[in-house]
Amino acid sequence: MPIQYYIILAAALFCIGVVGVLIRRNAIIIFMCIELMLNSVNLLLVAFSKMQYTPANGNKSLALNIGSDAQIFVFFIMVVAAAEVSVGLAIIVMMYRNVHSTDVNFLNRLKN
Amino acid sequence: MTATEILFWFLSALALFSAIMVLISKNPVHSVLWLIVVFFSISGHYILLNAQFLAIVNLIVYAGAIMVLFLFVIMLMNLNSNNEPQRNSLIKLAGVVAGCLLLTVMVSAVRSAGEISKSQAVMNEGDIGLIQNLGKILFTDYVVPFEISSVLFLSAMVGAVVIAKKE
Repeated sequence: MPIQYYIILAAALFCIGVVGVLIRRNAIIIFMCIELMLNSVNLLLVAFSKMQYTPANGNKSLALNIGSDAQIFVFFIMVVAAAEVSVGLAIIVMMYRNVHSTDVNFLNRLKN
Repeated sequence: MTATEILFWFLSALALFSAIMVLISKNPVHSVLWLIVVFFSISGHYILLNAQFLAIVNLIVYAGAIMVLFLFVIMLMNLNSNNEPQRNSLIKLAGVVAGCLLLTVMVSAVRSAGEISKSQAVMNEGDIGLIQNLGKILFTDYVVPFEISSVLFLSAMVGAVVIAKKE
């Protein structure tokens, strides 16, 4: 598969996430769109890790572990996303308890 | 057209369609279910790229744990489509136009890049995505970030409990 297809697919998923953050007012949906953007970046990193690589001297044994760094990176992105989701959902639950809504327009001012 | 290409196009179309359905469905529970479909199709892409460890971790962590957390929160709040807040249509239109412009800029930048158009993603071969190789690297080169991530999880857990606790 040409790498361009993966780049365009990931860009499209990312843009759908951006549009979701812009047009929805429910805080949970906005949060899910952020997860969508994280996943599109993960997909792009994995696709780049499998990009055709030929070493300069043609030595295939050098190329054995090329690309593992990107997949470790994706793993750490998932770790951070899991931690972020737990804290973010706790914040949304606290917001719902205070204003009885998940509308982000209720949070447009920090003073009350 | 080989089976790999058919799978690629099918999974891409499924991912894009369900990502759009996440946005336009009124009920938040339906959004979560469509997002799970997106995660499954992205896991299918990982399997096509022979990144089996990440495919399984994506299913377990995202579709298994995070989405269940979302569903629990939505069901605790008793949200439904009747009291769903709506932006006015001018802001919606502006958001869609802005997103399409961003996509246009990215796609044209990719299409005009000469070097990248000759590159191929290797499908169905290579063993860097197997758990044996990733585990070796994770516990030799990346052992310090791996341990730090456990501290991160502990602090996230304490933070979530403190924030969500009733006074």
